[in-house]
Amino acid sequence: MSGKGGAGKTSVAAAIASLAKNTVFCDNDVDAADLHLIFHPKIKEKHEFSSGSKALIDPEKCSVCGLCEEHCRFNAIHPNEQGIPEVNPFQCEGCRLCERICPEHAIASVQFNNNMWFVSDTRFGPLVHARMGAGEENSGRLVTEIRKKAREIAGETSARFIINDGPPGIGCPVIASVTGTGKVLLVIEPSLSGLHDAKRLLELVESFHIPVFAVINKYDINPEITAQTEQFLQKKSIPLIGKIPFDTRLVDSMVAGKSLVEFAPDSEPGQEFKSLWEKLEKIHDLR
Amino acid sequence: MNSIKMQIAVASGKGGTGKTTVAVSLFYFWKKFHNEKVHLVDCDVEEPNDALFFSSLETLEQKQVHQYIPEIDTSVCTFCKKCAEWCEFNAITIVANRQFAEVDTTLCHSCGACLVACPENAFTEKPYPLGVITRYLTENGNEFTEGRLEVGSAMQTLLIKELKKEVTPNVNYTILDSPPGTSCPVVETVSDADYVILVTEPTPFGLHDLKITVELMNELQKPFGVVVNKAGLGSGDVYTFLKENNIELLGEIPFSRELARMYSSGELLNNIPEELKETYRRIIEKVTCRK
Repeated sequence: MSGKGGAGKTSVAAAIASLAKNTVFCDNDVDAADLHLIFHPKIKEKHEFSSGSKALIDPEKCSVCGLCEEHCRFNAIHPNEQGIPEVNPFQCEGCRLCERICPEHAIASVQFNNNMWFVSDTRFGPLVHARMGAGEENSGRLVTEIRKKAREIAGETSARFIINDGPPGIGCPVIASVTGTGKVLLVIEPSLSGLHDAKRLLELVESFHIPVFAVINKYDINPEITAQTEQFLQKKSIPLIGKIPFDTRLVDSMVAGKSLVEFAPDSEPGQEFKSLWEKLEKIHDLR
Repeated sequence: MNSIKMQIAVASGKGGTGKTTVAVSLFYFWKKFHNEKVHLVDCDVEEPNDALFFSSLETLEQKQVHQYIPEIDTSVCTFCKKCAEWCEFNAITIVANRQFAEVDTTLCHSCGACLVACPENAFTEKPYPLGVITRYLTENGNEFTEGRLEVGSAMQTLLIKELKKEVTPNVNYTILDSPPGTSCPVVETVSDADYVILVTEPTPFGLHDLKITVELMNELQKPFGVVVNKAGLGSGDVYTFLKENNIELLGEIPFSRELARMYSSGELLNNIPEELKETYRRIIEKVTCRK
């Protein structure tokens, strides 16, 4: 995880995926999932996941009493051109209060199943991933759902690791990703934003009392902020277990649909990823 | 320019494509080129970064925003469970034989259904910190407002809703810097925007996430155009996609290590190269003619 988007979470996850044996993978960035672009999954199972319900007003039954609009805390009900209230499905959170208080029983809830999740085979091992419908809610619950499946597969296959590719930010999908996780690998980009965002994420992770390890990605873009980041990590007693240089081959490997370790194993970042994974394995063995 | 107000959201599916760079630069150049009154609003409340790009910010107003979460008075509650039945978010636990009734503050959406459901008026709403909204005066005389989510809160969309109430009507242009992704916080940010600028990068991840964001824009029926940042990296597939779908390319920002370094130190605004100024000038022209 990284707090900031674009710090390199997916590239790091893909690189260590090429080295990890006996591992189950899970793409927790359900909102803008990208890991499958490197993993090229063969989908074995498809599941629907409810994105909740949305209210729908029957204009024939509606008496325009205004109660629903008055009660809606999400400002999701607005009168249309004819003055009849209408629900904006993008603002409706599906609490069904309007449906329950409507004296004309003019409001129904429609279930939406626009979220899908998948179990796939990949050359690295099993992958659990998802695709959210555009603009949908419940990303936190979807993360919880796919992580549950990943744990189940890990149990069945006696896997050594579950590697989760995390979402950006610190909101609900991140909270769902941190909950019950054994260790967090913090991917930091050496920029004011990268460091600022990593600190906020760290505050969240610390409240869960989960051990954190850090890797600085593109460390040579800004040596000063890299030095600041190292000082910060030292002060926080967070082990820095890798420093990946900026290398356009990372982008080239992505274009080729490969992880960097597959694309350029002997490059400097390739070697650095190998050493990063060895350290993570050691940390695991010491447990 | 005419006096019709315009709200512009800067969004992207993928994180780290350069939303903040574009939003802050537009804010700066709109004033510089056209002497316009522009208001910048950082809606990425989980990780607000716009403030890092200003060399001096004067705080004009700061307020703590709360989420109101109901609390059950167990001395009044009859443990009838009607509230739990009405709660669509499974946030209420009632154990009648142990006289236990509680609202889970992390699951509650503050919809108010339980308050209406309760026949005994056993609920009162208590404030919980949701985040801080700060209004600043920037060095160019225009204002900038930031929302900062309380660490641990899962209600980012609610804070964005509160933040949008701060959009002032007395400016000609409002720029909303959106969070990454395509789910509810993004929808909340762009829902009132008149135009959306999508920032992408010419990589497979950038293109994949651009496609799902374009899908969202079409569903929301929002007019939009695309800025390609870090041009020169990756491949040309993004341009093929834009052409095939008749999507306007608003401008390109080339990748350079020097720009990346300046961005990373927050020094970007004072060091923008000449040709990039032209790029922003043209983006502003293209966006304004949508008014």
